Amino acid sequence: MIRVALPGPLATLARIGSEVTLDVPPPVTQRAVLDAVETRWPALRGTMRDAQSGRRRSLVRFYACGEDVSHESPDAPLPEAVVSGDEPYIVLGAIAGG
Amino acid sequence: MSRVRVLVGTRKGAFILTSSERRTRWTVKGPYFAGWEIYHLKGSPADPDRLYASQSSAWFGQVVQRSNDGGRTWAPVGNAFAYEGVPGTHQWYDGTPHPWEFKRVWHFEPSPLEPDTVYAGVEDAALFRTTDGGQTWQELPGLRGHGTGSQWTPGAGGMGLHTILLNPADPASIVVAISAAGAFRTDDGGATWRPINRGLKSQYIPDPDAEIGHCVHRIARHPSRPSVLFMQKHWDVMRSDDGGESWREVSGNLPTDFGFTIDVHSHEPDTVYVVPIKSDAEHYPLDGRLRVYRSRTGGNAWEALSDGLPQRNCYVNVLREAMATDALESCGIYFGTTGGQVYVSADSGDHWSAIARDLPAVLSVEVQTLA
Repeated sequence: MIRVALPGPLATLARIGSEVTLDVPPPVTQRAVLDAVETRWPALRGTMRDAQSGRRRSLVRFYACGEDVSHESPDAPLPEAVVSGDEPYIVLGAIAGG
Repeated sequence: MSRVRVLVGTRKGAFILTSSERRTRWTVKGPYFAGWEIYHLKGSPADPDRLYASQSSAWFGQVVQRSNDGGRTWAPVGNAFAYEGVPGTHQWYDGTPHPWEFKRVWHFEPSPLEPDTVYAGVEDAALFRTTDGGQTWQELPGLRGHGTGSQWTPGAGGMGLHTILLNPADPASIVVAISAAGAFRTDDGGATWRPINRGLKSQYIPDPDAEIGHCVHRIARHPSRPSVLFMQKHWDVMRSDDGGESWREVSGNLPTDFGFTIDVHSHEPDTVYVVPIKSDAEHYPLDGRLRVYRSRTGGNAWEALSDGLPQRNCYVNVLREAMATDALESCGIYFGTTGGQVYVSADSGDHWSAIARDLPAVLSVEVQTLA
């Protein structure tokens, strides 16, 4: 099971907890995880990635095992610790604004 | 006994204010969608319990919320607004071509007849429509594609389509307005469009009489007289008696004719309301005095309405979507401010009181009159 941590506004929007678990068939990539999240909770479509282009929204970041993977290929395999569920895949809203 | 339901969109959530027809005691519920910008929410005339809300944030983009029970419960519906075909470019602030990019929904206009049909005015400026209650949205591409779209330029607040006037007597006729492109009309249900800006003069653009490029802030009209339009332009209050074919200035004795919002009395088609704002650089009332101005003559002759409104040290703004009227016999006028106040007058503007004083900055106000 993959663990996915979501920012508070998105958890509230989808009416789920701030961390969810779900099955993602291999290969486990960022695209596969985000696709699975959006399929399970359609309210989150377009909130992490642009609905048309599929690109990460500017003020959203993705982390895995303490590393910012926002600029990694969406099709690169995620670390084994994320695949095994030992570490969450983290979706983060940037600290921005005022 | 009738009731009123006031739908308030703010920078940090939505609020629903309700009262009996006396409009003296109010219940305030919210915030709904706390922390998100609610540019606009509006109810369906065909089913007043059907509400649509535009929820957005710089972080997480656009969400569309729908309620089927008057705002007690909400659920997200479709939020994919894809421009038809190759989006192309409009003009950027520096004059260079800039790709069309969807940013947010500025305005929802539900059909007067079908609760599942809603028009959405969006930034970057385009008109979309749903016929399935918001699950899917389709662009009416004839607007952007009619010929001048590549020359449209954003205003300081973005290039949003904010005014959508549907004509109950002629569903094929729609008037829209865009900042800062101007006003446009279709007479064939949205297939073809043309600019309707003749008579507008804007000294801040290279050609003050240009066909497009005018910063129209808001257009309002009385449903019984669809060919008469009232416009608050960036500067100037304007009137058209021919559905926008030509405009004339009716600023008359207003102390300043800059402003954002404009609306028309529910029962008196020639009674018009504006909130004059000092200037385009100073977005607050003149002299720190918040005054609504009313014309009972369709423009030119205006009277200040201030009873119950702050008359010193008031430096709030009233944005384009932030004024509305109810349909009760004694017409109620409502407006919200960037200081978080929502004011009501139950007697056409003669006396005002605050329904709420400390909400987040108010972006939009809509009113439903319920049986």
